[in-house]
Amino acid sequence: MLSVHLILFLAFGAVAVAGAINLLAQTHPINSALSLIAVMAALAGEYLLLGAEFLAAVQVIVYAGAIMVLFVFTIMLLNAGVEERTKGSRVAIIFGIPGVLIGSVLLGWVMLRHSGTEAVAAGALPGAPGVIGQLLFHEFLLPFEITSILILIAIMGAVVLASKPPTTSVGPATLTAEQKVNT
Amino acid sequence: MVPLSYYLALSGILFACGVVGFLIKRNIITIFMSIELMLNGVNLSFVAFAAHWHALAGQVFVFFVMVVAAAEAAVGLAIIIAVYRTRETLNVDQVNLLKL
Repeated sequence: MLSVHLILFLAFGAVAVAGAINLLAQTHPINSALSLIAVMAALAGEYLLLGAEFLAAVQVIVYAGAIMVLFVFTIMLLNAGVEERTKGSRVAIIFGIPGVLIGSVLLGWVMLRHSGTEAVAAGALPGAPGVIGQLLFHEFLLPFEITSILILIAIMGAVVLASKPPTTSVGPATLTAEQKVNT
Repeated sequence: MVPLSYYLALSGILFACGVVGFLIKRNIITIFMSIELMLNGVNLSFVAFAAHWHALAGQVFVFFVMVVAAAEAAVGLAIIIAVYRTRETLNVDQVNLLKL
């Protein structure tokens, strides 16, 4: 008998897998970005099923909101078109496809046989913001502060990398201009 | 009631799709999105294990993964813009020199 929980899990999982496969199938980056947003929204639903309501909200706001807006903005800024396909090497096809099949069968067998098969109840764990905040600011205070420094470094790095390169070309034209100023 | 292995299987499928996209895609932005897909797959297994073992630390780790992903996206997209400015292409096959 299918419970509501299992039906919701299968629905969100189907959306996530379909989005992930669509990301691979599309050739235009903007279509891939939109299907990635669908994957992230479906994953937020899975987090809700697992009782992590705050994480689900953060997933939608930060991942599907902020990060994907950055991606879409970059795609439009660079005017990215349809990608050219290149033929893969034959060795990759000969060894890659059997390797992927063997690996996925092994992984599936290990997961289905050896991981815990007892059910994960919906809302078994309170994922409320208050509880997570307590944990974040007591036990994980040092990693939290270090990530704030990481964010600061990333902001400065992004500004330095994306800003226009300074025109430090010491050509004859600039030299003569400087000489004109000096003299 | 959903077994833990179902969540792990979904997480593995998403991670595998990310790996395949990383390997077969030629557009540098799509490759970057495949990395984000892999991070999302790992996040799902973190949350599933947190619910399974009744340990909230798993959910806190997802926060840190998100923070690192945001920092990585900012720096990575800035690098892509810098590469595009000098090379005028987004195809990774044509970006084969480390020197700008």
